[in-house]
Amino acid sequence: MPTASMLIQAESVSREYRLGETVIRAIDAVSLAVEQGEFLALLGSSGSGKSTLLSMMAGLDRPTSGAIRVRARNLAELTADELARYRRETVGMVFQSFNLLPRMTLEENVELPLRLAEVDRNDRQSRVGEALERVGLAARRRHRPSELSGGEQQRGALARALVNRPAILFADEPTGNLDSVNGEQILLLLREIQDSLGMTIIMVTHERPLAERFANRIAQLSDGRLVSDGAQR
Amino acid sequence: MKTRDLSELAVRNLREAVLRNSLTTLGVAVGVASLVAMLSLGVGLQTLASQRLTRSGLFDAVFVTSQRNFRGPRQPTPAGSTAKREARALDEDVRQQLSKLSNVTEVYPQIRFITDVRYAGKSEATSVLGLPDSSRSSGAFEGMTGAYFSSPTADEAILQIEFAKLLTDQPPSLVGRDLTLRYAERGALSKDADDEALLDSMMGTGKPGGISIVPRETTLRIVGITESDPSAGIGGFGGARVYLPLKTAEQLHVAQPDDVQAFLSGNPAKPSYMALTVRVRSPKDVPQVEAAIKQLGFVTFSLLDAAKSLRLVFTVFDLFLGLFGSLALTVASLGIINTLVMAILERRREIGILKALGATDRDVRSLFFAEAGAMGLFGGVFGVALGWLIGSALTWGTTIYLHRQNLPGVKISYVPWWLALCAIGFAIIVSLIAGLYPASRAARLNPVEALRYD
Repeated sequence: MPTASMLIQAESVSREYRLGETVIRAIDAVSLAVEQGEFLALLGSSGSGKSTLLSMMAGLDRPTSGAIRVRARNLAELTADELARYRRETVGMVFQSFNLLPRMTLEENVELPLRLAEVDRNDRQSRVGEALERVGLAARRRHRPSELSGGEQQRGALARALVNRPAILFADEPTGNLDSVNGEQILLLLREIQDSLGMTIIMVTHERPLAERFANRIAQLSDGRLVSDGAQR
Repeated sequence: MKTRDLSELAVRNLREAVLRNSLTTLGVAVGVASLVAMLSLGVGLQTLASQRLTRSGLFDAVFVTSQRNFRGPRQPTPAGSTAKREARALDEDVRQQLSKLSNVTEVYPQIRFITDVRYAGKSEATSVLGLPDSSRSSGAFEGMTGAYFSSPTADEAILQIEFAKLLTDQPPSLVGRDLTLRYAERGALSKDADDEALLDSMMGTGKPGGISIVPRETTLRIVGITESDPSAGIGGFGGARVYLPLKTAEQLHVAQPDDVQAFLSGNPAKPSYMALTVRVRSPKDVPQVEAAIKQLGFVTFSLLDAAKSLRLVFTVFDLFLGLFGSLALTVASLGIINTLVMAILERRREIGILKALGATDRDVRSLFFAEAGAMGLFGGVFGVALGWLIGSALTWGTTIYLHRQNLPGVKISYVPWWLALCAIGFAIIVSLIAGLYPASRAARLNPVEALRYD
């Protein structure tokens, strides 16, 4: 039963892929609800379907069946443009491989979502500065990604995800390409953002210790099915 | 995404793969250059031909003859027309009347007569023609030995070289020498009672007096020898070999064939002309002036139809040149498609990132379109410059060749502003069309698959 604080609700979501005659069911009838301000960790081994579920909740992909409702709007029923707008205005994304555009400087990368959202040029500068300040990279704004360490690149990617002030932050294995120290720093940052901004964070990871340490709640997937869903603290 | 942001991103992307994009842009430029060079050649040749023909005075002239003149070029007269009933003579009054018509710049009579030319003891019969002062700018006298008449009333002559050769073996040596013209002057008949009685008996009582034909001589200074035959045919300089200033020729009062006709019609005191040439402001004014003259009851003739045919020929010529020029641009457009398709493969992940950050399909499509358009714009501008250079080189080469043949140089290539603008616009349009497929393919990319791409 949806409550007032309910932000995301996946209802019997399935996602199938066709490989010739074979049908692969990556997500199989998963139902999941995420409340405003939660830090949810989607835990599972490789191929469990956690990234597929995250992609659908982030509006990058559509379910084959079922519904994903964000603030009562079913993402499956949105047009391509409406989904793009959802990604632009409601969602911030952080990826395992950072995905900063190598040709742009850090500040240009962070500015990109603001360009897409057609934010005024003067506002952009202050918001980019604010986002970089938050992740501690204000001094590296003119550097290109190749001139930054892995941890710095991921913090830069985080600044880019935050610059549009999204309601939900999706992180797909954000520590996957980082050493333990940098990985911990990123998760500390995520946690701080959740606390200070009241942002909802959904993170995909296969590292149970990190999930247990930083997330409020862990939902575990295996073979495309939700096998456990429980609060941590 | 706003246009300015889109343009910035497009230019940035083009700068990143600078070698490949430059080569593609160069391909477009070569295509545009070939198109511009071909068309500039067509336009240049057309302009050259038009200028020459305009200067020849054939396409901005209407040749007028009287209805009763059976020698000149005629057109059928509509039955019962005013002209047929009145059959007016081409006299000085008519000349003045025609010169007052709108868009008429000059009206002059054809003064042409047979004469006996005497020089250094030689005597040659030939045809003489009076030239209006406007003939000075006619291309027919370009490159002549000597100079054009010093004034519209000068006692000077220009000889056609073939005629000059009859007078001397060294035609250029004739310039500055004098020659003598013997001609038949028309005069009024003296008031002699016996003559009046004779005329009355011949023509009937009450008819005015007759005309006298008296042999005269005049000395003219030879100022030029023209190699080309300025005889342009119908009503123009045709066939004459000695040219005088028109006013000089008029002042000689040489007997004209129409004098006999005027005499027979009973009005010998008022000489008429065989034909009048009416020059108009521009060839496009010819139909209107021609119609006005016909209204006055005269027969007209112009080369307007020939000019129309010439324009048609040049239009087809330009079309073919444009088609050949476009082939190179078509090949260049394949280069754009190739470059952009390669860019999609290389930038698959980037497209996925843009989509993950909220770019719409339209944003991605527009970005690729902008890149294709920018290549078209840069290629177009560079191509126009290159085409202009090629055209200039052709003109330069042609001029050198013509100078070696002792001929004046001509500008065979001309890039008007509309051709430059159209070529750049065409390059952009072709580039955008070439970018259609890559751009829509990029827009259709699934962001999840694109992000997975390495």
